[in-house]
Amino acid sequence: MNEFVKPVVDYFELLPLLIVSGVACLGVVIEAFAPRRMRYLAQVVLALAGLSVALVVVVLIARDAKVYADGAARGILSVGGTIAVDGPTLFLWGLILVLALAGVLLFAERHLGGGVSAFAGQAAALPGTEAEREASTSGLDHTEVYPLLMFAVFGMLLFPSANDLLTMFVGLEVLSLPLYLLCGLARRRRLLSQEAALKYFLLGAFSSGFFLYGVALVYGYAGSMNFAAINEAVRNDAGNSALLLIGIGLISVGLFFKVGAAPFHAWTPDVYQGAPTPVTAFMAAATKVAAFGAILRLFYVAFGSDRWSWQPMMWVIAILTMLVGAILAITQTDVKRLLAYSSVAHTGFILTGVLGIQATSDLAPGEVTALQAVLFYLATYGFATLGAFAVVGLVRDSGGEVTALDRWAGLGKESPVVAGVFAFFLLAMAGIPLTSGFVGKLAVFSVALAAGAWPVVAVAIIASIIAAFLYIRVIKAMYFDDPIGDGPTVVFPSVLTATTIALGAAVTLMLGVLPGPLLDLAGLAGQFLR
Amino acid sequence: MTQYVVLSAILFTIGCIGVLTRRNAIVVFMCIELMLNAGNLALVAFAKQHGNLDGQIAAFFVMVVAAAEVVIGLAIIMTIFRTRRSASVDDASLLKY
Repeated sequence: MNEFVKPVVDYFELLPLLIVSGVACLGVVIEAFAPRRMRYLAQVVLALAGLSVALVVVVLIARDAKVYADGAARGILSVGGTIAVDGPTLFLWGLILVLALAGVLLFAERHLGGGVSAFAGQAAALPGTEAEREASTSGLDHTEVYPLLMFAVFGMLLFPSANDLLTMFVGLEVLSLPLYLLCGLARRRRLLSQEAALKYFLLGAFSSGFFLYGVALVYGYAGSMNFAAINEAVRNDAGNSALLLIGIGLISVGLFFKVGAAPFHAWTPDVYQGAPTPVTAFMAAATKVAAFGAILRLFYVAFGSDRWSWQPMMWVIAILTMLVGAILAITQTDVKRLLAYSSVAHTGFILTGVLGIQATSDLAPGEVTALQAVLFYLATYGFATLGAFAVVGLVRDSGGEVTALDRWAGLGKESPVVAGVFAFFLLAMAGIPLTSGFVGKLAVFSVALAAGAWPVVAVAIIASIIAAFLYIRVIKAMYFDDPIGDGPTVVFPSVLTATTIALGAAVTLMLGVLPGPLLDLAGLAGQFLR
Repeated sequence: MTQYVVLSAILFTIGCIGVLTRRNAIVVFMCIELMLNAGNLALVAFAKQHGNLDGQIAAFFVMVVAAAEVVIGLAIIMTIFRTRRSASVDDASLLKY
């Protein structure tokens, strides 16, 4: 048995994690002690302040980070090598924190619902009962959603920085558990919302069971949970390689479930449709960023030397995911489900970038690395998705949001601005030039091509064309179809949602016209620290 | 040593089959817990084999995580049951295609 060594904790580098979890705990205390009418303001201000301070700290850490080997990597390994605060981590932390800030703004929106938030007045009151009506007329509001959001953000920050299988498992659960609850808290259509929570929870717990058993097998192979030690064992071919292969497969099930890759995508449309729209917006954008961060680190750092065994698997998954997402999206009649399937297709495109890993020596000077391309794509995807779901929240009638696609017909006449912004986000997802989506797709396709994955790229281009047909169909419905009788109205949002949509649109446009700075930033992040 | 790993694999498979075949949400959830505990058993067995404590410590973390998951899971299942008077996973079928 080896001696226990006291780990060195670099408090400054871990400050973003500590701030976010501290704010989450403080939020719980506010729920317990502050009077009800003060909670909303206190929680929103606290969450926004906490996330902003964490974002500033991330910038400060990035500025002062220790640089290794001419900028190939930067940062430190902390807490006995279990948490890596390196360039890619800092990039993802910044991205997640910005998306979370926008998420808090969407959560705090009360203008759209006529003075109440999108969350149930009292989740414990049964739908259709006197208690529910009372909770709703007396203006009750679940302000617990802000601490839950902050706990989820904490998990999202921990997940891509985990340099150890156990830390990764804990991060995965900490990010998932609050999201399960948030999905079930919708104010309107509560049966759908509760069903979404049940499905997400059961399938999510099922997939984390697979993840854990995979962790156990990889530990059995390598004798350590640490990524560097696993890499060492893989290089030396130290153990029973059957354990390693089955372990990689089982861990992949857990991770591919989180990003919604086929054939583990079945929950995505149901949950995205049933969850309250602000939660969907936040979850669709930020969870995918965090989970792809974890996938990149696990496969590049721990299993990087064994990439000949996992690359073929990822080829198959990427091809399947793109085709399933793009083809099933065409058949959808609900805007939220349609965006959900489109996010499945995007998962496939991002996986196309992930499998484009090459040895550093094979790269031409100045060539975009797979890591850089995926980080850039995640930024473009995150902001376009967030903006698109925020727009969906604006289209309403007396019964709440209207998501049926046929009722969106003629929306361009009702509100040219909102329809125009939504069309812009759809064009970005389709990858039309001068939007961020084009540059992102170009980056991931070119790294996959450079790594010799031309069949995947061919399928990706076909899937892009199928998906483009779908997005253009929605734009046609909004602009060229005649409105049917009782069409929805576009509610003018308060400054909170307006800011979020403007942020999404601005970033999407800017990354399309001027992608250089962010690509450089992703390049500056360098490689993972081993 | 191998016996423990084989036992854990059998438990994992039983849990997995249970999740796929049972209809009651509570039973499905119990089967998921069985899968997590199969993972625990494997972790502890491998820790003994490798002679280090990583796996045993991991098992404690998994227990805590599983307990937190029970809290969330039962809350969600109970809400569904109170609304629908049924905990069958087949009844919750408003969202499809």
